[in-house]
Order: sequence, then C-alpha cells, then structure tokens
Amino acid sequence: MNPGIRERLVLTAVGWIAAGLIFFPVFWMVLTSFKTEVEAVQTPPSLFFTPTLENYAAVRERADYVHFATNSVVISLGATLLALVVAVPAAYAMAFFPGKRTKDLLLWMLSTKMMPAVGVLIPVYLLFRDFGAIDSRWGLIVVYTLMNLPIVIWMLYTFFKEVPKDILEAGRMDGARPRQEVWLLLMPLSLPGIASTALLSIILCWNEAFWSLNLTTSAAAPLTTFIASFSAPEGLFWAKLSAASTVAIAPILVFGWMSQRQLVRGLTFGAVK
Amino acid sequence: MTITRFLCALPAAMLGFGALAHAETLTIATVNNADMIIMQRLSPRWEQATGHKLNWVVLEENVLRQRATTDIATRGGQFDIITIGSYETPIWGRQNWLLPLDELGQDYDYADLIPTVKNGLSHNGKLYAVPFYAESSFTYYRKDLFDAAGLRMPERPTYDQIAEFAAKLTDKSKEIYGFCQRGKPGWGENMAFVGPMVNAFGGRWFDEKWEPQLTSEPWKKAIAYYVKNLRDYGPPGATANGHNENRALFATGRCAMWVDATSAAGYIFNPKESQVAEKTAFAAAPTQVTANGSGWFWAWALGIPSSSTKAEAAKSFVKWATSKDYIALVGSEVGWVSAPPGTRSSTYANPEYVKAAPFAKVVHESIANADITKPTKDPVPYVGIQYVAIPEFQGIGTVVGQQIAAALAGQMTVDQALDSAQRSTARTMKQAGYPK
Repeated sequence: MNPGIRERLVLTAVGWIAAGLIFFPVFWMVLTSFKTEVEAVQTPPSLFFTPTLENYAAVRERADYVHFATNSVVISLGATLLALVVAVPAAYAMAFFPGKRTKDLLLWMLSTKMMPAVGVLIPVYLLFRDFGAIDSRWGLIVVYTLMNLPIVIWMLYTFFKEVPKDILEAGRMDGARPRQEVWLLLMPLSLPGIASTALLSIILCWNEAFWSLNLTTSAAAPLTTFIASFSAPEGLFWAKLSAASTVAIAPILVFGWMSQRQLVRGLTFGAVK
Repeated sequence: MTITRFLCALPAAMLGFGALAHAETLTIATVNNADMIIMQRLSPRWEQATGHKLNWVVLEENVLRQRATTDIATRGGQFDIITIGSYETPIWGRQNWLLPLDELGQDYDYADLIPTVKNGLSHNGKLYAVPFYAESSFTYYRKDLFDAAGLRMPERPTYDQIAEFAAKLTDKSKEIYGFCQRGKPGWGENMAFVGPMVNAFGGRWFDEKWEPQLTSEPWKKAIAYYVKNLRDYGPPGATANGHNENRALFATGRCAMWVDATSAAGYIFNPKESQVAEKTAFAAAPTQVTANGSGWFWAWALGIPSSSTKAEAAKSFVKWATSKDYIALVGSEVGWVSAPPGTRSSTYANPEYVKAAPFAKVVHESIANADITKPTKDPVPYVGIQYVAIPEFQGIGTVVGQQIAAALAGQMTVDQALDSAQRSTARTMKQAGYPK
C-alpha cells in the first residue's frame, strides 16, 4: 500500500476512535435514558432492551423544563453579549495600542481563572444578598460575564492581532473614529473569530454549575440546577438523571451542530496566512 | 342581586379576600428521594386548602447541605422550609439557625412521635425540625440461599456469625457475594456502616475528654474484620460501592447479606424493582460485644430557618407534611408500603401498614432502639451513632473514611490507616479548640 494512503488511513482511524471516545458517554447517556431504573444499573449492561419513555414522563411531571431552559438561554446569551461589549474594546486597545504592561495584564487576567470559585463563594453571596441579586437572572449574567471575561478577552485579542494594522490605519486616514474603526472594519474582518468566541462563551455559561447551584433557588435556576435535582446518593435515579441530562444538553447540542462550520472557521482563523 | 344574596355573598367574599391577602409563596429545599417526590406530588392539596404556594428546590443531599448552610449562615433568607438531617438539626438548633417547632398545636400529637426520633431532632429539649421519615440499619439476607446452605439467621446476629455465613454463602463462580457493604469513602457512605460496627465492637470516636480513640483495640479489631471480610467475601471493586451500588447488587441477586438502611426495604420488597423481593428476609443489625449503637439512626426532617419571613405559613406546611393525616393520605393515594416510615408509633399500629410492609416490626424496633444518646459501650461526650453531632465531624468522618478505604484497597495496612486517621482527627480537634 502507498505510504501516503496508509498514513491517511491511520490518521482517519485515529480520528474516528477519538470521536467515538468523546461521543460514547453522550451516546450511553441517551441510551440509559430509555431504560428502566433496574436495567440502568444492571451488570453487565444491556445493549438490547425494550425502550421506555417513562423516564421522560417522570422528568416532565416533576419539573418545568421550559422554565429552566428559558433561564439557561437568557442567562447564556445575556452574559455572552455583556462579555463581548466589554471585551471587544478591551481587546482592541490591547491588540493595537499595547502598553508596556499589556502582556502582564493579560496574564494576570487569565490567572484569575486559576482561583477556585468556592474560595470567593461567601463574599460573592453576601454581595448578592445586599444587592438583592440572589435568584435573579441579572445577577447570574453579571457573574458569568466576569467568569468568562478573561477567556473572551484573550481569544479576541488573539484574533484581533491577526488583522493587519495597515487596514485600520487606512481607515483612520480616511477619517474613521475609533468606534467606527472597531464597528466597520475590525469586527467584520474578525467576524469568524468573534462568532467562535461567542459560541464558546455560550457553551461555558450553559454548562456552568457551581454558581448557578449556589446563587439561584427557583426563579432564575437554569438547566444545570434542573439536572442536579435528579441526582441522589440513596435510591436508583440513573435513568431519570440520564433523561434529564439528555433534554438539558439537547438545545446546546443542536446549536453547536448548526454552528460547527462557523466554530471551526473561527478556531482556525488566521492559522494559515 | 337581591339584598339577601348580597348579604350572604359578602362574608364569603371577605374570607376569600382575607385568604388571598395572606397567601404566601414559600421556597422549600429538599432532597431527591422517593418519599420527598411523593410529598411534592401531594403538596397541591395543602396549597388548595391554604391558598399558599410552594416553590420547590430539589438538590442532591450534599449540594443541599452546602447550599442551605451558605444561605442560613449569611442569613440570605432564600428558604422558608428546608429538609434537614438528624446530624445538622441539633448543631443548627444550637446556633439559633432554626426556629423551634414545639408549638404546632395539640392536634399535632407530639406524643405519637417515636421518642428516639424526637430526641435526635432536639437540642436542649427543644424540637428544631419535625421528622418526615426516619431510618435505622438492619440486615437484609437471602432466605433461599440460607435455606439451601442449611443455615439459620438469628434475630440479632453477631459480626462473627455474619462472617461465618458469608464464608459459606460466597460463590464467586456464580457472582454471589456473602458480604456486601459500603466501601466508598465518605462520612455518609462507608462511615455510616463502619461507625455502628465500631460501636458494636465496643469502640467510640472520642473518650470523655474528647481525645480521639481511633487506635484503640476495638477500632483495630473492627476495621481488620471489615477489611478482611469485604476483601474475601465482598463484590469486586468494593471501594466504589456506596448505598446505591450495593442496593443494585442486592436487588439483582448478587448479595447474600447486606447491612444497610431500613428505608431501602420498600424497594427490595417491590417485585417491580427487585429480582429478590420474594427471597429476602431481615434481621436486626449485627452486634458484637455490645448492642449499643449497633444500628444507625438517621431522619430526614423539615425545619424552618430563622431567616424566613414567612414562618407562620411554613409552620402550617411542616405540620401538614409530618402529620398522621399526611401518612394516611400517602397510604390511600400511593399505597401503604410507600407511607413515610419511622416517625410515628401510630404508623406501626396501623394494620394496613403492617400488612403492606412485612418489614414494619423489625424497622420499628430498630428505630426505637437506636438511641443516639447512648451510642457506645463506654461513656462518650457526644450524641450520634454513625456520626458525632459536632460541626467538625463532616470533615473528620470523610478523612477517616478515606483512610479506611485505602486500607480496603490494600494501599496501606489497617494499623497505618488508623494511625493516620488518629493523627488527622487529633489535629482537627485541637484546631477546633477541644476539649471545650
């Protein structure tokens, strides 16, 4: 066999194996959601069984899915939008007008991600209590914005650095003000990058569980709280938990599927010049 | 409208307006288990009767514990009713984080509450949470396997007898294990089994001066017994098995004996969920040198945080949900086998319940004998059987549980595990300022 073809075959096989490994837990979760509780914990696990929708019925009966899903959508989109509003000018300034300490500032921002969230739970909780923000969507939007801001700024900074300075300078010579420069030149040029940053931020917000569990009760509780309510250390709950998780990840999975082209384009933006 | 009709309608309208004016929306935090799900399903009855509304926050118990602690300690006021365990209730009561619930009215029938349960939820004689259901531990065993081997389980076996039976009943070629017990580390996991076992072997967590006793002879004997028997006669990968895993193993016919929560009996005896419903029998939790503290005590109860601004409406709900009428409602609507167990003597005097739940008598005796104020052979300065009712215990119990799981996994010897557990416990107690 031609070595080139062999290499491609091996790479394809490795790609499929990696994809299979990543996809398997999701597949298993969906499969479990159609089993009875006893089948769900059976060893060895069964691949062939009579599927049941009873877990989905139980999930539907116990919790208002639409309420949780709406909160997830509003909070994820709100936090992403707010993060972009702050991050785009910040990344623009850092990419095109760097100071002596810009790199240090960027590193410092990223270092805040290394702090365990539980370390600031009590101060944040007290602030939320005093501002009346516990169990409010806007409270969670603020926290998620702050949580994702370092990553959003970093990503945008990297994408903006790929845009040739000359284009912006040409705009400036034609009389563009900084706001016009960002809005009319920089943003259209780095749209794939901004889109993939926004997508990543939405996914991070969607999946976040620590703050949503600790700062909400019912009114603003998103889907992570919905999933948590089906977990228990006593009693069989795997099948119901799987059903709850399946309906919780379904919207973001569909969203990711639909926007995968944009996401890949954004992540490889500027990789080849 | 005639004047008579108007006069008749006026008081009714005023009453309705009054009820509407006082209608409250309560937030109730609870755990995800079968009894609580039934309570959630039946609660619209209370809402219709009172005009109040309930917002449910259902969380896994460790998450709930953390969430509720954060809110109550900071007086966040997010919860009007919380589901609380017997471990936290006296601790939180002492801190004045909970409202006393001694005055829910004469019709509540406090005298009907099983005394050990009431004591477990009290501090200085004040009741800080009302019991929703309570459990002890007992021995589940496979009658068919015992009969086939010509063995007979005593009403109150000793751990030596359990080891003897386990040796005879284990058949690894058929994947049947004589000794299925919790091995997963955690104060609410392996330590829930280990604590009462150590008590039965004559051990205690602390002496009267709060000195840790983890390297004492009873601890060494108990843990050596646990490690040997679980390795020889337990299922593979026992360090990953908690309550749920053992429950699934027992229900699918893989275990000959299992010492665990009485609250699982309804599940094990339900043929829809268990393959051994017809083959299971039960005995008291094993003893060894003493019966004191040999069966654990746990209760899930409803408490009202002192930060709640809707205490009156909250009291009305907790009274309803823990009343005799509620138990009867579950009996008639869901089935008597699902009635919340372990809280009221009247449940066990009810012939319908006794008929539906063949385990009722043993469960009642186990709970009535689980006296948290006399948990050990020798005197102790604490209350609690499988836990010590001090705030530091969650951390201590989990660390000790990890050491014992390490010994079970063969990463260290029993003596090394207990030495390490003793040092860690002594350090924590010193930092916490004991003796107090």
